[in-house]
Amino acid sequence: MFRNQYDTDVTTWGPAGRLFQVEYAMEAVKQGSAAIGLRSKTHVVLACVNKANNELSSHQKKIFKVDDHIGVAIAGLTADGRVLSRYMRSECISHAFTYESPLPVGRLVVQLADKAQVCTQRSWKRPYGVGLLVAGLDESGAHLYYNCPSGNYFEYQAFAIGSRSQAAKTYLERRFENFMDSKCEDLVKDALIAIRETLQGERLTSTICTVAVVGVGESFHILDQNTVQQLIDEFEIVGEEEPPAAEAGDTGDQETAAGEATPAEEGAAPMDI
Amino acid sequence: MTCIGSYLENSEEMLSDRFEVCILMKINENECQVVSSLSPKSSSQCFVEASLVEKRWMLFSFLELYRFGKRYLLFKTVDTSPLLLPPPSVAVAVAVADRSMSLSKMPVVDGERGPDASSFSLDSERTLYPYVTGTSVVAFKYRDGILMAADMGGSYGSTLRYKTVERIKPIGKHSLLGASGEISDFQEILRYLDELILYDNMWDDGNSLGPKEVHNYLTRVMYNRRNKFNPLWNSLVLGGVKNGQKYLGMVSMIGVNFEDNHVATGFGNHLARPILRDEWNENLSFEDGVKLLEKCMRVLLYRDRSAVNKLQIAKITEEGATLFPPYSLKTFWGFEAYKNPTVGAEGSW
Repeated sequence: MFRNQYDTDVTTWGPAGRLFQVEYAMEAVKQGSAAIGLRSKTHVVLACVNKANNELSSHQKKIFKVDDHIGVAIAGLTADGRVLSRYMRSECISHAFTYESPLPVGRLVVQLADKAQVCTQRSWKRPYGVGLLVAGLDESGAHLYYNCPSGNYFEYQAFAIGSRSQAAKTYLERRFENFMDSKCEDLVKDALIAIRETLQGERLTSTICTVAVVGVGESFHILDQNTVQQLIDEFEIVGEEEPPAAEAGDTGDQETAAGEATPAEEGAAPMDI
Repeated sequence: MTCIGSYLENSEEMLSDRFEVCILMKINENECQVVSSLSPKSSSQCFVEASLVEKRWMLFSFLELYRFGKRYLLFKTVDTSPLLLPPPSVAVAVAVADRSMSLSKMPVVDGERGPDASSFSLDSERTLYPYVTGTSVVAFKYRDGILMAADMGGSYGSTLRYKTVERIKPIGKHSLLGASGEISDFQEILRYLDELILYDNMWDDGNSLGPKEVHNYLTRVMYNRRNKFNPLWNSLVLGGVKNGQKYLGMVSMIGVNFEDNHVATGFGNHLARPILRDEWNENLSFEDGVKLLEKCMRVLLYRDRSAVNKLQIAKITEEGATLFPPYSLKTFWGFEAYKNPTVGAEGSW
């Protein structure tokens, strides 16, 4: 999108009925590194790509535990994400104190969305530049929501945000019908494969990704590197059942043949042009 | 040191934020001068100019006291240098008032004896003692849910004044609340819970507040009121069933709360619970449960002077709450010892 005379203030409408600042905020989400989530009836898995700026530094934390039954993965301005996580934690604790029971994730998500909406309607504020994938439990089971800077929220079976997330989304679209009844381990594997999609040929190892799980009877926890590496090795050696290659549309330069990469050279699919 | 106050004219402009503090200094037996007034939000040490006899500076330290639920600020002189201290009749007494009270109505505070609760007009707004009270509530878990019973009496002191007071009410889809103690406070609690359930329903999202959540909410309310020395004078019994889980708990007026398989309030604790300890079991059927409840209520009817013979039984199960119509228990008074009571002492009753 291009600059125009209606995009200076968040409180200025464009003639086509758009709030450009809010849309720019959603662009910021697209610039962040990828995060994906998917869920079954009883479990939700969040995974994200964690690249450090350089070898000397540590990576940015992108997955936050909000309560035993809720976790969030962020993409975009991670500082905004951190602040919102603090708000979410505070809301959860407050609810647990008064009612001695966990805050249903659906209600937390609405509170978050209302908070984001406020920033789209005050001239002295700016929208939060972070997209949140909220994974949590409530009475009816496991849920995955996406909160965007505009103040909207949607529930998803599976979703991906951040840069090169289209590749992951395509893979998830093909597989999502199976998710509802999947076992937790299969969900994690699907998440890892989707993450690999966003890496565009780079090798997937547990040092550049983080995976977290929450489920009925299972507290939100981040899987440790060894477990993740083992799971990666499992599907690398076996080989994928379906070609995970992206369609021609999004990356434009991966052929479907590239999907059948040999285990030893996984990820090193030839990129034409 | 005592202090008797004479009040500031033009008090309005001195009022700031929530408190008005004035420092009064005793000049002699009959007179007192307001030396300074300031907002307690200022720093804890403040200088006060003595404007009466001669200019002197006194250093006061700011001491915050709580008494009868009211916050008082006591100013004490800290510096004991004889140069700085004015004559020993300096008073250190401070009265704190809410913004709504103009200074001229501020009561005098005796620095030694401390504030007298009844001298504050604000006191009429807090609960001191109950007026119309209900007596015991008895409840226990049974096979399908919770059974609760309470009589329908509202006593006004020793008069059994109201005889159709419903002391058990359903709350939301999953709970029953029974209360003993001040009836008006019970009605106030029902208003709070009404609002709570309303907001819960407004979410319209398939989640709902169960008995455990309501019980904890009530505990917070009762405890907070107690901390302000303005309790809701009730003992509450909260029971319910949600997702097959039975829950029964109690909250007292000071915020004591616990869960148990059978609970009772007031006299019920002494008369009914021993019966329940012996005869309660996990799998009581509805009929057996009602028989057991009636047994407890009959004992209470005989022995509790504020019980009336009109009781209401309520049950709550997964399907919902049911309040049964009130009825009376059969009693037997034909004991030999009760016949011809005045035989040994003519003229007595």
